[in-house]
Formats: sequence, C-alpha cells, structure tokens
Amino acid sequence: MTAEKLARTATLGAALPALLLALWWVATADSTDPYVPPLSLIFSTFPETWTAERLQHDVIPSLARLLSGFVLAVVIGVAAGVAVGSFHGLRHTLEPVLEFLRAIPSPVLIPVVILFAGIDDTMKILVIVYGCVWPVLLNTVEGVRAIDSVLTDTSRCYGINRSARLRHLILPGASPHIFAGMRQALSLSIILMVIGEMFAASNGLGFSIVQFQRSFAIPEMWTGIIVLGLVGIALSLLLGLIERRALAWYFGLRRSQRRE
Amino acid sequence: MRNTFVLRWGQGLIGLAALIAVLELLPRTSLVSARYLPPFSTMMTALRRQLGEASFWSALLNTAQAWAIGLTIAMILGIVLGLVIGSFPLLRELTFSTIEFLRPIPSVALIPLVVLMFGTRMQGTLVLVVYASLWQVLIQVLYGVQDVDPVVRETARSYRFGRMAQVRHVVWPTALPFVMTGFRLAATVALVLTITAELVIGSPGIGKQIAVAQSSGAVATMYSLVIVTGALGVLVNLLARALERRVLAWHPSHRSEVIA
Amino acid sequence: MTSTVSKPPLTDTRPMLDVRGLKKVYGGGRTDPVEAVRDLTFSVAPGELVCIVGPSGAGKTTLLKCIAGLMQPTEGEVVLGAQTVSGPPAGMAVVFQEYGRSLFPWLTVRQNVELPLKEKKLPKARRTELVVKALSAVGLEHVHDSYPWQLSGGMQQRVAIARAVAYEPQVLLMDEPFAAVDAQTRADLEDLVRELWRRLGVTIVFVTHDIDESVYLGQRVIVLSSSPTVVMEDVTVDLPAERDQIGTRSSQRFGELRTRVYSLIQQAKHHHDL
Repeated sequence: MTAEKLARTATLGAALPALLLALWWVATADSTDPYVPPLSLIFSTFPETWTAERLQHDVIPSLARLLSGFVLAVVIGVAAGVAVGSFHGLRHTLEPVLEFLRAIPSPVLIPVVILFAGIDDTMKILVIVYGCVWPVLLNTVEGVRAIDSVLTDTSRCYGINRSARLRHLILPGASPHIFAGMRQALSLSIILMVIGEMFAASNGLGFSIVQFQRSFAIPEMWTGIIVLGLVGIALSLLLGLIERRALAWYFGLRRSQRRE
Repeated sequence: MRNTFVLRWGQGLIGLAALIAVLELLPRTSLVSARYLPPFSTMMTALRRQLGEASFWSALLNTAQAWAIGLTIAMILGIVLGLVIGSFPLLRELTFSTIEFLRPIPSVALIPLVVLMFGTRMQGTLVLVVYASLWQVLIQVLYGVQDVDPVVRETARSYRFGRMAQVRHVVWPTALPFVMTGFRLAATVALVLTITAELVIGSPGIGKQIAVAQSSGAVATMYSLVIVTGALGVLVNLLARALERRVLAWHPSHRSEVIA
Repeated sequence: MTSTVSKPPLTDTRPMLDVRGLKKVYGGGRTDPVEAVRDLTFSVAPGELVCIVGPSGAGKTTLLKCIAGLMQPTEGEVVLGAQTVSGPPAGMAVVFQEYGRSLFPWLTVRQNVELPLKEKKLPKARRTELVVKALSAVGLEHVHDSYPWQLSGGMQQRVAIARAVAYEPQVLLMDEPFAAVDAQTRADLEDLVRELWRRLGVTIVFVTHDIDESVYLGQRVIVLSSSPTVVMEDVTVDLPAERDQIGTRSSQRFGELRTRVYSLIQQAKHHHDL
C-alpha cells in the first residue's frame, strides 16, 4: 500500500468516528436528562473513576477470569474437536447431544453452576468455559473433516503418524477453522464474564458497572460501558494479530488461489 | 444410503440415551448430590408440572415475542444498512473502522443503561437483542454485496439498469445466500440475548422463570427450564436451517459460509 | 557419477515389487459392489522403471493405492522386498498428481522435504544434507524458504519429487504426476525423472494415461484393460538408455512402440464396449 493510499484509508477510517463523537458531544452538551449526561462530563469523570487502584481491583481480576476461561475452553474444545472429528462413529453418536448442549444459551447455566461451585471465581470461569467450548469444538470438528485427503494420504505414505500427525497435519490443517471458532468464543467470553460478575461478585468490571447503576452514579456507569467496549476492541485486535501471524500461510494460499 | 442414514440416527439416539442415563444415574448413585443435580426423571416431572401451568406458557410466549421482534428489526436494519453501505465504495471505506470498533463491544455492557431507561419492560431486551444480532446480518450482507461479479455489474450498467433495478436483479440475488447465513447466525444470537436479558434484567420470559426458580430453590424446575431453553435453541437452529435450504434451493451457488 | 551406468538385468531373481492376483471390489454389503480391479499380477525388478498405462477409469489409482498400502485389496497381495504390504511401507515414496494438495501449505519448501526425514529419526546434519541435495537435484536450490503456494505448478511438483527423492525410498510410486502441468513443463519433468532414476538407481513405478509419456519414460510398459481391470500386455521398451525429447520421440522404434501400445488401449476400450 502506498503512503498516499494509507493516508486516505486512515483519514476515511477516522472521519466517521470523529463525526459521531462530535455529534454526541454537541447533542448532550446541555443535557439535563440524568441518564444521558454530557459527554464532557463522562470524559472528565473517566480519570477519577478508572484509577490505578480500580484497574488493579476490578479490571485485572475480570481479565484474568476471562482469559483463563477462554484458554481452557480453547484447549478443551480443540482436544475434543480433534477426537470427535477423527472418528466417524464418535461423531455420529455425539452429534445430537452436542447440538442440544450447545443450543442451551450459556448464561442460563450461571444459576446451575452456582449450585456446584458457589459464587467465586471458579463459577465465573466454568461458565465462560462452558459457553466458549462449543464454537471452538464444532469449528474444530469441521476443520478436521475439511483436511485434504491427498494431504492425509501423503502423511501416511511418509510415515507421519501419531503425535507428528497431530502436530504437522491435523492441528495446522484445522487451524483456520479453529481460529474462526476462537473468534466467536472470544466475544462470548466477554459477555459471560460480564454476566457472571453482574450476577454475583464482589469485584470486576460487570460488578462495578452494576454498582454504579444501582447507586445512580450515571457518568461513572457510562465510563464503565466505555471501558468494557475498549476491552472488547482490544481483545479482538489482539486475537486478530495472533491470527494474522499464525495463519499467514492460509491467507497467502487464499490470495494465490484467487489470482489463478 | 437409507440404511446408513438409519444407522446414523440410531447412533445419535444411543448418544442421547447415554446422556439421559448419566443424568439419571449420577445423582442416584450419590456421585453427585441430588440437591445439586436431581435425577433426569425428577427434572421431567418438574417439566410436566410446568407444562400444566399458565405462567409457563405466557413466559414462553414473551420470550418468543421478544426474539421474533428483535430478530425482525435486526434483519431489516442489517439488510438495508448493508445494501446501502455495500453499494457505495466511499461509504464502505468511511464506515469500515466504525463497524469494526462497534462490533466487539459486548452487548451486555448496555444492560445497566437499558435497566435505567426501560426498567424490566420488553424494550430493554429488544435493545440488547437488536444490538447483538445486527452485526451478524450486516457483516454477511456486506460480504454478499462485495461478492457481486464485476462482469455482471458492468453488464447491468451497460444495459442502463437503474440503481434500484441493479440492486433488485444483480446485488440482491448474489447477496441472498449471505443474507440467509446472517439470518441463521442472528436467529441463534437473538435467542441467547433474549433469554440472557430476561435472566439478568428480569423482564418477563423463560429467563426470568429460571432466575425465580433459582432464588426459590426449586432446583428441578430450574433444570427443566434450562432443558426448555436448549430445546428452543435446537428448534431455532433447525427452523433457520430449513428456511435457508428452502430459500436457496434454486440458487446456483448453493454456497458454504465464508470463514473470515 | 557418469550417465552410462548399466541397469541391473531384468531377469533379477527376486523382484523388488510383486503384485499377485490383486482384486479390489468397492462397496458391497448394502450397496451394489463395484469391481474396480479384477486380477492383476506383475512384478518389478530392483532398479527398474516401469510405466503403467491404461484408459481412464481403468482402476489405475486403485492399483496405486493398494501398492502404496493406502487401501487393502479385496484379494491377492502386494509384496515389497520380502514383506507383504499391509499399510504404507517404510521403503516407499509416493508423488501424487495433485501437487498443490500434497504439499503442506503451512510448511516452507525446505520443511516440506525435511518433515518425513524427521519422522525417520535421521540426525539433523544428515537431514540438511539430504534436503540440500534433493532440492538441487530438481533445480530448486534458490527457493528453500518459499512456501509451496508461492511457486508455479511445475515447481510445486518438483518439490514433491524432491521430497520423495530425499526420503531415499526403495520404490518410488508416481501417480499421473504430470497430468496437471503444461506441456513444456511436462517434458522438462519427464527428463528430470529419467535423470534422477539413472543417477540414483531407484525403482520407479510410473502410472500415466499418456501413451507417449509411458513409452518415452519406461523400460517396460504394462498396459491395463478398462474396468474391471486386468493386465492386457507387458510391452518391453527396447529404446536406448540415452533418451531425449526430440531424437527419441522422432525415432522409428518409438513410433512402432507407441502404435503398439495405442492399439492395445483401443482394443481395451473396444473390449469393454462389448
């Protein structure tokens, strides 16, 4: 991309967000509606609300829950997905069960998990794991099934078996699908973290926002919503970055196929 | 063919039977306390009792209503916005960053806000449902509009098709498979958000019933309602897939989903 | 090494590869069984280059998969050296027709060639030596760190051949390897196969549907009938060992052999029609 084109994309990309922010600023400048405070007030509340102490007390625990749940879900989902995808019999037997289990909206399991695990971090992480495992698992199954048969034959001919087969054939072969599942799982994990904390917690982002709302600290509540949005954006950018690195071969392959 | 079909169904039934057996036996053998996990038969008794109560049916109706209204709004908004933005390259460049920024913002971040604005009325649920499912539709429609064959577009232009005629005869048919994919994804997301909002906000519906059952310690009833949400999820999924197949039966490129 | 190494005599007592009474029937049970290969018997001596040619749909791929141990024959057996093949055997390398799909797209050219050697547990130094030698033998010393999809079709197939060569197999199976490349590349690759064969002394079984290619490459051409498949005839190619695309192909003997194989194939098709 040339510098000129880059500048154009950047300008166009920044134009609409800037315009929307400006509109928000102007529209709420003289707002007397207690629920919609002026944007200037929200901005000035931000630094005094999100202090280093609050970051440590609320944001870090939330992120820790989210990431442990997400990582566990990916590990379990990929492992189970590889097993289910590799054996026809297992897949046919489990298909309806999996269809049912993944169709349960995961937040309704919060009350169930509370029964078993109480209301501490274990509960929140378990809920995230349960919700996020399905997109990863089902996409992994698809990915394993989509591996090219010629490549499978090649691996067999050259004695690439067992662990090498998993490492060099199945996991990389399924990785584009696995990443698609991880992206769905990531947005779910944020939702489940927030809900878990809204339901029962003593700290965390979801907890703080609900506290602000209940104590009618409206500008603070708005800043909380903004922080959640920023967390969502940051995590999805991070995953995108990892994906672009891990799947560089895949994007290259697709580009070369499209050229033909 | 038919025999393998029957065989696969048989295997699937075995899988379901195994799940039910596990749910029945875990509490009966005291591996798990029946206070946390009542036997499957007890859950079914609770479910039967629920089916005889008017409150259950009105909750189910509320959930279905919120889901259908939210999904319809999201579909209309998504399709219109997608067609308009997708048809003008400048508009696409202008909105790209905003869409990428807004999309990962978790819809549940808006929960405190809608609680303040709408209390437990259905509008609050609708805001969350529409916000979450809109992106699924919009993104797919944008893919679809971009997928239009440039040659076909040029042809249409050389025959002096008007803007509307181009959209109707060129853009829409190409985008339709993508629209249906968006519909299928949005239908699932809308159901999850409907039930989640009911659970957390307390607007009337199955989600609220679960919260009530939990707080009153009616464990078996809670489980039976969780099963109902799972069944609803499966139903929505099957309906969406059937509709997709029906609408696209004539379509030449009975295409599969994009991974991107 | 000079190019005038004499080949082992065809009358070697123990064959390198022995296909005995091979039969493959697909389906069965609830669907109608399809007999792809009826009864195939032939053997290949050590160091020989044998081409197998037959009309399309003659079960060539089925035969090759049975030899490679990727598929179990319904009846009969395949013996490699002294061992009956029951799964992919250690001393065999395969080059597939679908070059683009047989290379690992997430590995570089070098890694693609090296991976099977790692699984053979060769030490690092030996692996590097084999990879460098194999890639320069196929004329690809400059693309070690490229990904396969960055290369042209012909170059991708060269990578697949290099991978097979580096594996140091006793038998190299090639399944219509040049069916999907353009004519000029194809001629180059044919000469490459001849050259590698003469230099390395490896046994090659080359499956093709191209009559000219089979006569140009092989010491023998085994002509298959169409499905259900049997061996129609085993034609010895008595062309000189030194072959080149222009001289050999325009020689009188080449023309005669080509006509012979061609009429056998026509007969095979006709036979099938009846």
